[in-house]
Amino acid sequence: MYNKGLIVSGLVIFVLLVTFPIWFNGLDAGPLPKPELPPGGEKECVAPAAEMRDSHMQLLNEWRDDVLRNSDRVTVTVGGKEYQKGLQIACMQCHSNKEKFCDTCHEYAAVSPTCWDCHITPTELAKKEAQ
Amino acid sequence: MDNKRRKFLKMAGATVLAGISAPALVKLSSTSAVASGEGGQAAPAASHGNAGGHGEEQPSGVRLGMVIDMRQFYQDQGLLDEAIAACVKAHNVPQIPDPKSEIKWIWKTGFGNLFPEHSQKLRSEKIKNSQFPALCNHCDNPSCVKACPTKATFVVEKNGIVAMDFHRCIGCRFCMAACPYGARSFNWQDPRPFIKEYNADFPTRMRGVVEKCNFCGERLALGLEPACVEACKGTGAIVFGDLNDSHSEIRKVLDQEFTIQRKPSAGTMPSVFYIV
Repeated sequence: MYNKGLIVSGLVIFVLLVTFPIWFNGLDAGPLPKPELPPGGEKECVAPAAEMRDSHMQLLNEWRDDVLRNSDRVTVTVGGKEYQKGLQIACMQCHSNKEKFCDTCHEYAAVSPTCWDCHITPTELAKKEAQ
Repeated sequence: MDNKRRKFLKMAGATVLAGISAPALVKLSSTSAVASGEGGQAAPAASHGNAGGHGEEQPSGVRLGMVIDMRQFYQDQGLLDEAIAACVKAHNVPQIPDPKSEIKWIWKTGFGNLFPEHSQKLRSEKIKNSQFPALCNHCDNPSCVKACPTKATFVVEKNGIVAMDFHRCIGCRFCMAACPYGARSFNWQDPRPFIKEYNADFPTRMRGVVEKCNFCGERLALGLEPACVEACKGTGAIVFGDLNDSHSEIRKVLDQEFTIQRKPSAGTMPSVFYIV
């Protein structure tokens, strides 16, 4: 191989640069987010916590299509209480603090869903009432 | 040499003759085939003829509609303000003072703007001085639905409402150009600062999205009447119901009263009727 030294040292520098975020933080992914459990003390969700963690976005999309497109507004019953399908009218009834629940993981995972461009958070609601 | 040329010309002549006569032969043989099967084909053709003609399509399913009785609104113009306020509150409709960017679900307009196809000449004072409610007509043949490239606006199969899925709207405004009634508004800016009071059960919209009256689909699902109908309760100013159900209240009103629709020539078949 020609220019062995140059190529190998170049590769080493490249790999080091690409993996910079990993080794710079000392192979530590930082403190894991701890989303706040419902302040009202509800223990049950529409699906087990692990499933919700993995696929709440799919569930929300399904609910959206059910309600808006298929006129399927069948309510969901969780822990004896009935909820209509919806982010504002179901999820946020228990998870009433978007900043301490939704945002903790979304910020950690660097995702910015557009839900709250339209859906109203309790904080936004309180802000309007204060005006 | 001569012999060869003679032979060649003969062959060429025969080929040309065959080429010309072949299609004619095929045609002749096929017509004879049809002629022999004529007896069998005559019967279905006759039965098809009975079903022909351009009669009105038979309605099926639920088609929600509205009758607006202007006689109630002439008497009490405040009633219209109440109906509009109820809608604004139910749907977080922003109140933008600039008419170029205002958002309208149900709004007030004059007779001339509402019924431009009708004569405006020598109208009574009552009509000239009154404000009329205007809203999405939830047409049976909605041009906005055809214009929408993302299917963000669509007809709900269950009840005939022309609904919108704001999640899908890309803000191209084709629907606004397609709607003959100006029933659609575009959010040129973030609407939230212009909303006085939030309804916590309904979302707002964001910048770059078109919106319009949804016939209170979310309230109907809860067994409630549309907000504007509820605001006029007891007066009979707005009658809401199924246009396809011959026993519904709205059909009784339509049977008894003379009603007009907005721009019938647009061919959209509106579901909102007016008693003027």
